[in-house]
Amino acid sequence: MIDTPVAPPQAGTRPAAPLRNYESWIRRAPLVPALVFMFVVTQIPFLLTLWYSFQKYDLNYPTAPRDFPTIYNYKVVFDDPIFRAAVVNTVLFTAAPVILSLLFGLGIALLLNRHVFGRGFLRTLIISPFLVMPTAAALVWKFTILDTTFGLLNYFLRPFGVHNENWIGSFPQATIITFLTWEWTPFMVLLLLAGLQSQREDILEAARVDGAGAWRIFRSLTLPMLRPYLELGVLLGSIYIVQAFDGIYIITQGGPATLTTNLPYYIYQIAFQGFNIGQASAMAVIVVVATILIATVALRTISSLFSAEGMRGR
Amino acid sequence: MTVLPMRGPFKRRQRTATERQVKPLTRLLLGLLTWIVVVAFFFPVLWMGLTGLKTEVNADTSTPHFIFKPTFSEYTSVWKGAGGLNGMAPYLEHSLTITLLATLIVILLALPAAYALSIRPVRKWRDVLFFFISTKMLPIVGAIIPLYIIAKDLHILDHERTLIILYTSMNLPVAVWMLRSFLLEIPAEIIEAARVDGAGVIRQLRSVIIPIISPGLAAAALICFIFSWNEFFLAVNLTTINAATMPIFLVGFVQPEGPFLAHLSAAATMACLPVLIAGWSAQGKLVRGLSMGAVK
Repeated sequence: MIDTPVAPPQAGTRPAAPLRNYESWIRRAPLVPALVFMFVVTQIPFLLTLWYSFQKYDLNYPTAPRDFPTIYNYKVVFDDPIFRAAVVNTVLFTAAPVILSLLFGLGIALLLNRHVFGRGFLRTLIISPFLVMPTAAALVWKFTILDTTFGLLNYFLRPFGVHNENWIGSFPQATIITFLTWEWTPFMVLLLLAGLQSQREDILEAARVDGAGAWRIFRSLTLPMLRPYLELGVLLGSIYIVQAFDGIYIITQGGPATLTTNLPYYIYQIAFQGFNIGQASAMAVIVVVATILIATVALRTISSLFSAEGMRGR
Repeated sequence: MTVLPMRGPFKRRQRTATERQVKPLTRLLLGLLTWIVVVAFFFPVLWMGLTGLKTEVNADTSTPHFIFKPTFSEYTSVWKGAGGLNGMAPYLEHSLTITLLATLIVILLALPAAYALSIRPVRKWRDVLFFFISTKMLPIVGAIIPLYIIAKDLHILDHERTLIILYTSMNLPVAVWMLRSFLLEIPAEIIEAARVDGAGVIRQLRSVIIPIISPGLAAAALICFIFSWNEFFLAVNLTTINAATMPIFLVGFVQPEGPFLAHLSAAATMACLPVLIAGWSAQGKLVRGLSMGAVK
């Protein structure tokens, strides 16, 4: 890993020679429980997933021969049009909410960074969508807001000539994107607000005195300064949103047809509704490999972010 | 994927000295816009709370009632269970047990680990740090199938301890990164002084380090609490009744018969309240936790 996070300050002097054996074990001791725990709980399942993916393993036929090793599952997965659709949907349901929530987040953060009446109260309100249990939020959106008959949206749009629109059925993908954007905008607001508050007032004042307009200040001072915060938002947002499951499970169940089936939901369906362990595992392996490739790039970004001094807000 | 605002027509416009002073009217309009946007984002949460205070007759209408006489009758019926639906108490108990124990274990494991990655760092501390965060990047679907089969074979499917272990692993990397960022802020001289005074590692921890980073510990615990409380994917796949958590309780409302909006909203509000209160009261620390200590 090329770059590094901030180096720890040394308490006392660091010995130039390698630590003696027992001493280095004493240093390691506090780390061991956490490390072993994480290794066992996160790495062993992944190895098992890999192992299952080379077996014809179906819980409907637990005694059938498993033909280990076989690449049958991978053939099935790559020939599966639903899998390809799920890949496309996963990209869509990650990229769109990340970009949209960043844009909304930036706008709201800029608004909240001004002197506005009731600022603290508004800040409390804006973080709420992120804190609310996604399951609860999805149910509320589905049944009380987007519902054809009882939905608030249809009520609000009635004066504009919209009558009993079935939002979820007619615009399933937009529904999921809207829901995820709503859920993640507060996160971006918090992040970018921290960035904005780390701006130095004297520099802004100097720019103003030099005759720079608001837009010029935003473009030449604020945005470059916000850049690491925006990158962090993209990175962390993607890590979490790519795994989106709750909203899809509750609002659309992946449908209509496969329009809102993303990879987590499809793997869930194959494994826990179809009980085809082998095929689901093959898909999971493909997802993990793809994630590792993307995460390698992401880790490089994050490491340079963490090494950059001066990420300070409040 | 970095998003930059477009260069709009504003670019051409040269602002005059008087324009730069934001006019009172502009300020008023911007303030109004802020309120409208924020309230719009908050609205679904508000509506959830309001609908929960209605009677079922008032809630299930195509023309919503904004003025009504609030009642806690649906809260009572959610708590007790009504119309073939389960009561909330057992789910709440599972959620509390699982969340609190997972959070406690996370802190107990993360604090020493963060210590060994900051104050007295092990030799390959960078690799270890990145191992922790890399586990956070791997999708949980990659592990769910073996987790299910292992739990089934060990007969711990639908047991609280299964979710406790998994929620611990889910939050441990976040807590390690976060606590490390707090530990790095302790001036080395303070620890050095304690050591010169003859304090052992345990003494240093107890009387110097922990008091200083207690806000950090609280923030880490809060983040673990939020993520565990709201977790759904593992809960829905690995529990049915005996360890089912609050999200599972709510999903029980997905295919109901008859009117249920007030009942649902009351249940959803109760499920969200603990995290909302925790999050609201600790908003200053929230961003640091969510960014794993990167943003202060």
